[in-house]
Amino acid sequence: MGLFAGVLGRLSWSALPHAPITIGGAILMVLLGLAVAGLLTYTKRWKWLYREWLTAQDPKKIGVMYLIVAGLMLLRGFADVLMMRAQQATSVGSSHGVVSADTFQQVFSAHGTIMIFFVAMGLMFGLINLVVPLLIGARDVAFPFLNAASFWLFVAGMLLINLSLGIGEFSAAGWLAYPPLSELRYSPGVGVDYWIWSLQIAGAGSLLAGVNFLVTILKMRAPGMTLMKMPVFVWSVLITMIMVIFAFPILTATLSLLALDRTLGMHFFTAGQGGNAMMYVNLIWAWGHPEVYILVLRAFGIYSEIVATFSRKRLFGYSSMVWALASIAFLSFVVWLHHFFTMGAGADVNAFFGITTMIIGIPTGVKIFNWLFTMFRGRIKFASPMIWFMGFVFLFTIGGMTGVMLAVPAIDYQVHNSLFLVAHFHNMIIAGVVFGFFAGVTYWFPKIFGFRLHDGLGKIAAWCWIVGFVLAFWPLYILGLMGATRRLDHYDASTGWQPLFIVAGIGAVVVGIGVFFQVLQVVVSIWQRNERRDLTGDPWNGRTLEWSTASPAPIYNFAVIPKVSERDAFWVAKQRGDKPERPEYEDITLPKNTPLGMVIAGFALIFGFAVVWHIWWLVLLGFVGIVTTIIIRANDEDTEYTLTAREVEKLENQAAKKRRQYA
Amino acid sequence: MKTVVADHQREQAQLRTYVTGFVLSVGLTVAAYLLVTHRAFSAWTIAITIAILAVVQFMVQLIFFLHLGQDSKPRFKIGVFLFMLLIVLIIVVGSLWIMHSLNYRMDMSPQRIRDYMNAQVGL
Amino acid sequence: MSTVAATQELRRLNAEQAATKKTVFGFWVYLMTDCVLFASLFATYAVLRNNTFGGPSGRQLFDLPNVLVETLILLTSSFTCGIAMLAAQRRNRQATLAWFGITFLLGLAFLALELTEFRHLVHDGNSWRRSGFLSAFFTLVATHGLHISIGLLWMVVLLVKTIRRGFSDSLLKRLQLLSMFWHFLDVIWIFIFTVVYLMGAIPV
Repeated sequence: MGLFAGVLGRLSWSALPHAPITIGGAILMVLLGLAVAGLLTYTKRWKWLYREWLTAQDPKKIGVMYLIVAGLMLLRGFADVLMMRAQQATSVGSSHGVVSADTFQQVFSAHGTIMIFFVAMGLMFGLINLVVPLLIGARDVAFPFLNAASFWLFVAGMLLINLSLGIGEFSAAGWLAYPPLSELRYSPGVGVDYWIWSLQIAGAGSLLAGVNFLVTILKMRAPGMTLMKMPVFVWSVLITMIMVIFAFPILTATLSLLALDRTLGMHFFTAGQGGNAMMYVNLIWAWGHPEVYILVLRAFGIYSEIVATFSRKRLFGYSSMVWALASIAFLSFVVWLHHFFTMGAGADVNAFFGITTMIIGIPTGVKIFNWLFTMFRGRIKFASPMIWFMGFVFLFTIGGMTGVMLAVPAIDYQVHNSLFLVAHFHNMIIAGVVFGFFAGVTYWFPKIFGFRLHDGLGKIAAWCWIVGFVLAFWPLYILGLMGATRRLDHYDASTGWQPLFIVAGIGAVVVGIGVFFQVLQVVVSIWQRNERRDLTGDPWNGRTLEWSTASPAPIYNFAVIPKVSERDAFWVAKQRGDKPERPEYEDITLPKNTPLGMVIAGFALIFGFAVVWHIWWLVLLGFVGIVTTIIIRANDEDTEYTLTAREVEKLENQAAKKRRQYA
Repeated sequence: MKTVVADHQREQAQLRTYVTGFVLSVGLTVAAYLLVTHRAFSAWTIAITIAILAVVQFMVQLIFFLHLGQDSKPRFKIGVFLFMLLIVLIIVVGSLWIMHSLNYRMDMSPQRIRDYMNAQVGL
Repeated sequence: MSTVAATQELRRLNAEQAATKKTVFGFWVYLMTDCVLFASLFATYAVLRNNTFGGPSGRQLFDLPNVLVETLILLTSSFTCGIAMLAAQRRNRQATLAWFGITFLLGLAFLALELTEFRHLVHDGNSWRRSGFLSAFFTLVATHGLHISIGLLWMVVLLVKTIRRGFSDSLLKRLQLLSMFWHFLDVIWIFIFTVVYLMGAIPV
């Protein structure tokens, strides 16, 4: 056993799943993977996949891949939801529900981790990749290789967390893994290690993407587009990227310290030997709070674009919108203690952070009013993006008010870590981030894929989500006030909570129906894509630059980089009746495809897996692999290719001819 | 001919920058070291003084070695830098304030933790 | 050169310059994120600095003269790095290699002294496993040391490239990034030197 033990660390056959649900989940994933591989082999598309997608550097392609991965993770996170709702609706008194207590701990930990890190961040970065270069009149991002590497690191993190389902176990310490529970003594298994390393790897991807898009927006805007002429969504992305670059290093540091405690026997957060577990909570929320604003500010940006376009009216109060975004971003760095009012800091500390938390409501309110004022006297078209927006305004405002309640330390002492809190943050993330994302995808879908989504099915889906959300979460507000704590896998019948949990369960099912309609919407739209073609490039009568190029946008986005002289330049040009000029084509330089981003992430995956299982030689191999690949890439001088002006003209003419076929 | 002379002058100026920065940094380092090893003043005075010396050396190296403040408009480099300083201040000062309050009120001495955990879980 | 070729060449040079500026700015932004990472480690150290769990404190452990030597070595290497960049801008291959070579050796000497310090501490039973204070100390200082190691590796790669392929715009850009990184590491060390070693050793 001796030498073999060294080779495989602490990995052994006992790592394979035991519980029926985990076995089922693992088998399902393997079957899914085999099905995809089988389909690719049958249609002989491996080469196509490699050439067109896996080695692609075009942010539009990378964006689509982000959306697919994040979408799959949404399904996995939603499966966790159904398990949790089923458990809490049935596990009363003598019944113990559908899963064991142990499994339940892992389910809610996986649910939170997956939804925040892989679904929300993935969907948002995907949309940003798809749309931001188009919005600023650029061809690409500042560092295309880094962009691809960021995506693949995201995938590596996703793979690591999914591996935990089949090999080993996942963390049972919640989505933030507080010590001392997450320390070696109380979580000796591999679960927390999987959690740490999948987040480290995905977090590194996010940080690099933050740098990338910051430089892109600051340095690659179309000539004439000053900062105050950018679309508000681009402002929201710029500000969010600034937040990412300053918040994510805190996460990297904190995860590293926990990893050092667990792997090298250090004492940062241990219960004893000079550790201070409260410092973990402090640091992780110093990252965590900016993180949730990172998610929601992008959604606010999306709403700004949608409300202006579908009200056929200029966005009300552009400057105040920008200042509101900036204020919220700054304030989000000075409120983090409100996540641990009850940990025991003095009244002075609690009061300070309570006040800053309440202040954040003000710029947010400014934004809501500005959107409503934009709609006032506009000629509103209630396409499905607007349904998402209306759902957001109604639900998010209510959720925001509960936030102001929670900001008062005295109230928080009563409802901290109750279902009231759970309802509040789901309110903000679902009604804010998720609805915003769905609205954005519907809105920009034609630009990326060349055809429109079926709007009727989209509206049904939106209503299902809105009604489902109310049914699923308003009972939780009440339950929280009645004293129900979060993360309960069982409760006494005398509490009288079960009816409300059953309503919440029904709500989850209604949301599930909404998801079904969304999947149906995509399938039907693809089926009917020829009738739904966007032939003009401007299906919504839009205001911003991306609508001035063809749908789907060509790899170089714009054949000729537009010159901008005001806000909503495209809208202004249309109103003026500007005739499109005969384009003067020029040579376009684009990055060459390369698999090295995927290779670096592959080595990162090996590194992470090896650290989890203490396979030290493999850790070294993974690390050396990453460094070597970086050096190889750095020594490659031949990373770009050029399309001559003639080739560009030919491509443009070919695309136009294809569109005429559909007319 | 003119450009060669101008180039040479510019290079001399750059060289002077590095030498000045180096000499100042060495001086500030040695001064701080001597203050601590020679116990010249009270603990607090020393602490504050060497903190100031560190900040000064920080600025010296930023300006003379990293050429901060010499970027062309728009001045994003210095903007990002100042914002970083602000965030760092918030995190460090904020964390110290919070942890000080928590440690005082929650009495996190290792002995207390051990006793509490013994009583609760019999470890 | 014909006017078409001349404008194309000018365009190419402008594009190269713009690309360099973009990369230099992007790397600067990355360095800012590294500052926040170190700030988190500094904050952790500050909170845990008295958590010695009955073990020795900084005052008893730190060898100040050794630290002063380390500091002056690193500072000198930052200076020689600057001189090396001046040589590189002049495209003087010999001088560039010589000055970067000296920088490399000084960096190596710094690491050697640091590793010796660590070895002594571990040998005496004061490793990172002993207390929260020591965990924080080792992590903060070793993270800086890890960055130095990466810088040294980077230096070797670029120097080999200089020898094999000579100067190009792309190489100059990379040398510029490396020198920014190296100066940044000395800036971080100012704070380690002051906050960890000097403040840790202040006699009460």
